[in-house]
Amino acid sequence: MLPGVIYKGRQQSEHVNGEATVTDMRYEAPETLDAAVGLLSSESGVAKVFAGGTDVMVQIHLDMIEPDLIVDVKNIAEMREVVEEDGAWRFGAAVTGKELMDHAGFNAAWPGVMDGVRLIGSVQVRGRATVGGNLCNASPAADSVPPMIAADAVASVIGPDGRREIPMADIVTGPGQTSLKDGEIVVSFQLPKRPPHSGDAYLRFTPRTEMDIAVVGCGVNLTVDPDGTCTAARVALGAVAARPLLVEDAARALIGTKLDDDAMAALAAAASAACSPIDDKRGTIEYRTEVAGVLAQRAASIALERAKS
Amino acid sequence: MAKQYVNTTINGDTHELLCDPTQTLLDVLRDQLDMTGTKEGCGTGDCGACSVTMDGVLVCSCLVMGVEANGKSIETIEGMADGDELHPLQRKFIDHVALQCGICTPGLLVASKALLEENPDPTEEEIRYWLAGNLCRCTGYHKVIEAVQDAAREMRGA
Repeated sequence: MLPGVIYKGRQQSEHVNGEATVTDMRYEAPETLDAAVGLLSSESGVAKVFAGGTDVMVQIHLDMIEPDLIVDVKNIAEMREVVEEDGAWRFGAAVTGKELMDHAGFNAAWPGVMDGVRLIGSVQVRGRATVGGNLCNASPAADSVPPMIAADAVASVIGPDGRREIPMADIVTGPGQTSLKDGEIVVSFQLPKRPPHSGDAYLRFTPRTEMDIAVVGCGVNLTVDPDGTCTAARVALGAVAARPLLVEDAARALIGTKLDDDAMAALAAAASAACSPIDDKRGTIEYRTEVAGVLAQRAASIALERAKS
Repeated sequence: MAKQYVNTTINGDTHELLCDPTQTLLDVLRDQLDMTGTKEGCGTGDCGACSVTMDGVLVCSCLVMGVEANGKSIETIEGMADGDELHPLQRKFIDHVALQCGICTPGLLVASKALLEENPDPTEEEIRYWLAGNLCRCTGYHKVIEAVQDAAREMRGA
C-alpha cells in the first residue's frame, strides 16, 4: 500500500456508505478477558491490543502497522483497577498514567514507579497512556519499565493457553519485541509488599525536561535496616541496551553498605559496565555509559532518602 | 466492517453518528461534524493542537478513535465561549496577544482551561509543565503564560 493510504481511507469512509473501506479495520471493545482472548486468537490477520492508543494510533497514522482488528481492553474491569492487598499492590495494565497519578495511596507506596509514569509524554498523553502499553510497546527507553523492574513487579498475562505470571524484566526482549505469545494480553501488575524503611526512585536524563525520550533512565529500589545499612536492592537501567536491564551487580554494590562513597563508586561502575548502548543523536555510547553510572548514584540517593523518611 | 453507531455528547449536545473505526475523533469532529476549531498539527500526539477533553480528561483527539467517543462527553474549543461571551482565557489570550498564526491556540486554550479547573492558582513553572504538550512556533510561550496567569487571577477573583 502507498504511504498515507490509511489516512485516505479515513476520509473515503465518509461516502462509501458502510461498504468495505480501504483498510477494513474492525474495532471491538469486549467486557471480559475471555472475550478479548477469543477475539485475538480467532483473528487470522493482524490484531492489536488497544488501551491508551498513544503508540498504536501513531503507528497506524504513520502506516507502520495495518491492523485488521483492534481489541480495546478498556472496558475490562480487572484491567482498570488499582487495588491494595495487605500492603501489596495490583493495578490493571489499562489504568492510565493520570489515574495512577491521581491515586494518593499508590503514589505514597511506590514513588519511584510514579517518577517514571509522570515522565511519560505530556498531560494529554498521560490522560490516555498506560503502563501496560508502555511495556508492550517495548521501547528500550520506556520510562515506566525500569522502575517497575526495580520494584520487582510481576505481570499477570492471559492468553489462549491460560494465565501465567512473568517478571517485568523478562517481557521486553528487544526494540518492539516481547516474550508474549500470540494472542496474549498483559492484564495487570503485582507489586510486592515492601519491608519498612524501603524506598524507590527513577531518574532519566533528557535534553528537555518534558516530552522527550530518555538518553538514559535508572530505577533503584532498596531497603535499609534501622542502622541505615542496605539489606535489599534492585537496580534497573533503560535506554542503554536493546531492552531495559536488571543490573544485579549494581544491586550487590549497595547491599551490606550504608551507601557510602565507596559503595556509590562501585554502584556507578557496575551500572556503566552493564551498558551496551547505541550511538544516536541523543547520546553517544561513551556518554550514555558514563551517565548511567551518575544517574544510578543519584537515583540511589533519592531512594535512600525515601527509605529513611 | 460496517460503520459503528456512536452516541456521544459534544459541548453538551447529543450527537448520533456512524463512524468507521479508521476515523480518529479529530476526523469525526472536523470532517463529519464540521467542527473545525480543533486543529490537526502532527497527528501523532506531539503538538497538542487537537486537544479536547473526554469525560473531563485532557487528550489529543488525533490519538482517540471516533468509535471510542461512544457514551463519552467531549468538550472542544467550540464549547468554550458562552454564546458571544468569551471565556476569560480567550479574552486574556487576545489582551496579551498570546497568539500569532493561531493554529495552536484552540489546543492551548482547551489545555489551559483543563489546568485551571484542576489548579486555579498555578505557578509559572506549573503552567509551563502542563502546557509542555502544546507546541507553539510563534509566540515563544511567554505571552501564553502571562495570559493564563492573568485569566487565573481574574477567575479566582483575585
